Amino acid sequence: MPILSKEEAQALLKKVLAFSKADECEVNLYGSDGGNIRYARNAVSTSGGISSTTLIVQSSFGKKVGTATINEYDDASLEKAVRRSEELARLAPENPEHMPVLAPQQYAGSKTYVPATAGITPKMRADAVAQSLAVANEKDLVAAGFWDNNAGFAAMMNSKGLFAYNTSTNVSFNVTLRTKDGKGSGYASKGYNDVSKLDVAAATRVAAQKAAASSNARALEPGKYTVILEPAAAIVLLETMFMNMDARSADEGRSFLSKPGGKTKLGEKLVDERVTLYSDPQNPDMPTSPWTGDGRPQEKVTWIDKGVMKNLFYSRYWAQQKNVKAIPFPDSAIMEGGSASLEDLIKGTEKGILVTRLWYIREVDPQTLLYTGLTRDGTFYIENGQIKYPVKNFRFNESPIIMLNNLEELGKPERTVSGESDIQALIPPMKIRDFTFTSLSDAI
Amino acid sequence: MTGMGLGATLLPKMPAFGKEVPLDSPWTTIDPAIKKQMADIALNQATSKGATYADVRIGRYLNQYVVTRENKVQNITNTESYGIGIRVIANGSWGFAATDKTDADGIAKATALAVEIAKENARLLKEPVILAPQKGYGEVQWKAPIEKNAFEVPIKEKVDLLLSVNDAAMKGGANYVNSILFLVNEQKYFASTDGSYIDQDIHRIWPTFTITKIDEATGKFETRNALSAPMGMGYEYLNARPTDKIKSVTTLYKQRYDMLEDARNGAAEVQQKMKAKSVEAGKYDLVLDPSHLWLTIHESVGHPTELDRVLGYEANFAGTSFLTLDKWQSKNFNFGSKLVNIMADKTQPGSLGAVGYDDEGVATREWPLIKDGILTNYQTIRDQAHILGLDSSQGCCYADNWSSVQFQRMPNVSLQPGAGNQSANDLIKNVEKGIYIIGDSSYSIDQQRYNFQFSGQLYFEIKEGKIAGMLKDVAYQSNTQEFWNSCAAVAGKEDYRLGGSFFDGKGQPSQSSAVSHGASTARFNGVNVINTARKI
Repeated sequence: MPILSKEEAQALLKKVLAFSKADECEVNLYGSDGGNIRYARNAVSTSGGISSTTLIVQSSFGKKVGTATINEYDDASLEKAVRRSEELARLAPENPEHMPVLAPQQYAGSKTYVPATAGITPKMRADAVAQSLAVANEKDLVAAGFWDNNAGFAAMMNSKGLFAYNTSTNVSFNVTLRTKDGKGSGYASKGYNDVSKLDVAAATRVAAQKAAASSNARALEPGKYTVILEPAAAIVLLETMFMNMDARSADEGRSFLSKPGGKTKLGEKLVDERVTLYSDPQNPDMPTSPWTGDGRPQEKVTWIDKGVMKNLFYSRYWAQQKNVKAIPFPDSAIMEGGSASLEDLIKGTEKGILVTRLWYIREVDPQTLLYTGLTRDGTFYIENGQIKYPVKNFRFNESPIIMLNNLEELGKPERTVSGESDIQALIPPMKIRDFTFTSLSDAI
Repeated sequence: MTGMGLGATLLPKMPAFGKEVPLDSPWTTIDPAIKKQMADIALNQATSKGATYADVRIGRYLNQYVVTRENKVQNITNTESYGIGIRVIANGSWGFAATDKTDADGIAKATALAVEIAKENARLLKEPVILAPQKGYGEVQWKAPIEKNAFEVPIKEKVDLLLSVNDAAMKGGANYVNSILFLVNEQKYFASTDGSYIDQDIHRIWPTFTITKIDEATGKFETRNALSAPMGMGYEYLNARPTDKIKSVTTLYKQRYDMLEDARNGAAEVQQKMKAKSVEAGKYDLVLDPSHLWLTIHESVGHPTELDRVLGYEANFAGTSFLTLDKWQSKNFNFGSKLVNIMADKTQPGSLGAVGYDDEGVATREWPLIKDGILTNYQTIRDQAHILGLDSSQGCCYADNWSSVQFQRMPNVSLQPGAGNQSANDLIKNVEKGIYIIGDSSYSIDQQRYNFQFSGQLYFEIKEGKIAGMLKDVAYQSNTQEFWNSCAAVAGKEDYRLGGSFFDGKGQPSQSSAVSHGASTARFNGVNVINTARKI
């Protein structure tokens, strides 16, 4: 199915709803066309073009709910999906937490679709890889990388008259360059809605520089160090905090935000006062969808304001229980910073370690948000404002809460992509004191 | 790497694996004759467009998950994903395209796109793809040897089981309990220009829970996850039977699981965890139960013996491997102690990896990876077999969906039982200062698989050959080669059990696969243990 226009999607969803006999009915429709290319050992490996759609019909009688889906769009198939969801709703046990469908909502405009990105062809992907390989060959390095592009639409309509529609495009590129002897490795990662912002050769040159500079790393003793986390490294720890800001877990006493006696840390100062974290679907540098899959508007939300925990996200059910606004889980993470470049942060550091990337991040203790993981693809010792030499990779055990309390300085925010979750974020490089490295790794 | 931690999977914010389908839809399969017609359209189109090789996978992927907490069913979802993926070689290069538009026109268009991509990418090759020879099998079938199709068990029976499990945990003193039953059915059809038309029916099941206990006065909380394993089985896995139980400090399970009993034990143990002594960091001899050791095997043996990682194909994401080809070629690389014998297989009954044929039409088999501590082999597929001098693939190719391109994935990788018939208790009684670890929890390892850190569900201090109470805040860190060389004892075959991962992540775009790891309880001497308690 090609990407449906707003009018086409609306007409199709109206047709589906016309078949409904349930108390309430809600229909979601998704479609996407995309392509990807992978390369390794300085040559292309696998690649592909993928096209898929989904129509989901949810019917309810009181608190009894049924769902059916189909990916055929003739009238008989659409009616069959509606009837099946209704039969199922009659069979299902009551779900006391089921919420009625939303009334029509107001949504802001969307900036998530860029025609140039939707027009990417197999040839453009191959040309981009050729550019990246040219850098690798010129520098006598070995490249492995990945390009993924996608154009899609999402639409929903319900029996109360709510209608939502959005189109979006994304392109992401990441690359690792290694020295031929395997003693140096560097990484770069970029992601945008607009392919014209993506400079594959420039990103590859950054990875190439780190690969060459990271050869023959020296071992430092594990312990507490001042670190400068590049945005690609910082996001993988920051997102662990973001993902755990669920109100219900906090209220139930099983979150880092819980306090004794059923209380939470909402409204309390949690981290350094220079930390302000928010999400905003309208941010021009990182636009995201103005609505969620259940029809709630996505609006600008400040989560942490000057170090104080201001908002948590809620399911509609839990928000009703607590009589608060049902703020949905956001699609973006944006953190305020300063004006310093990464180079400025390095210049201002007497002794420290520059971290390009953190890898294999896993929770150790949900109570303290203690996470473990390792540095990767470019770790350097800084002395008197200069990068002195590459150092061997470390394992860390650290909590983002402790980290954001040990804040020394924030740089200028830039758009980055989490290597763990693929979440896109706009965050600054961060200088942190007393970051806890617990052992050395031989990995390069 | 395993893509989703146990804790994460137990919260009701599950990602959908495919689209949802009605719960009352009967369990059905598609006639192979129809799939053959579809496949032939693609194969003919591919060769007429200039492909020198083509394969087609027509997949119907069914999932069901029942999600509950305390006395509520939060979610019952059936998902189905149906479509076709076509992979070709043209001008020496791979190309792939996938679509859910499965009429003749949709298949022909996707096939043409796969050939176009292959031809476009050929200019980026250094050498053409070399496929290990593979004979066509003609029209064949393989079905997982299940006893009871879990998709045919009424929803009510599954709901009742989970609610009774939750009730047992709550009555046992838990504050919260989340439980989930995951079911997977892969109906996969493979056809290739080599002359294979392979129809397979694969089933997997994973019942699991998390029990949470909170100390209201201090605000501290602890959890205890189920000691079940995800299995390549039908609903029979949930028919508890005494012969499949091992009575240790808790009850451990072999080929059948008693979920209700485990919930009762879990509720009692989570309260013991609240009162457990915080571990003193230092060196300990570790006695690792298979419910824990499977994950250490997965990360430190399974992944570094993947040949695509060794060669650099995963350098940008999952990483490379310290087990470089020169170590294998030396025939004397000392991976572990002489007690360490590790086999790869895609055939073990009840395992997550068991299939008749892999996703490029290669019949499955078993082979040694580590023999008497020495690295002897890797895991590979058709386009890399020649690098090892092999004249055929080892059958390790897998794609997680019709829309994903197949590539090298881990077979089952299992530590072989010790020659004697020692039990876990026999191992414990010889340890002076140690920790007995049961169940898996936090796990992390570097991109070349040297440095790792693991945690468990239950930790018991061992003092002079006896269990001396529960510990908490335990994680151990080691280096793969040091760790496996510190292996000082492996219990016998009576203790052998499977653990496994439902969500092993690898590749770009990331794909998930399911894989089992067998082991008997094993002892590792002098491992570094850290204390993970912090204050925020």
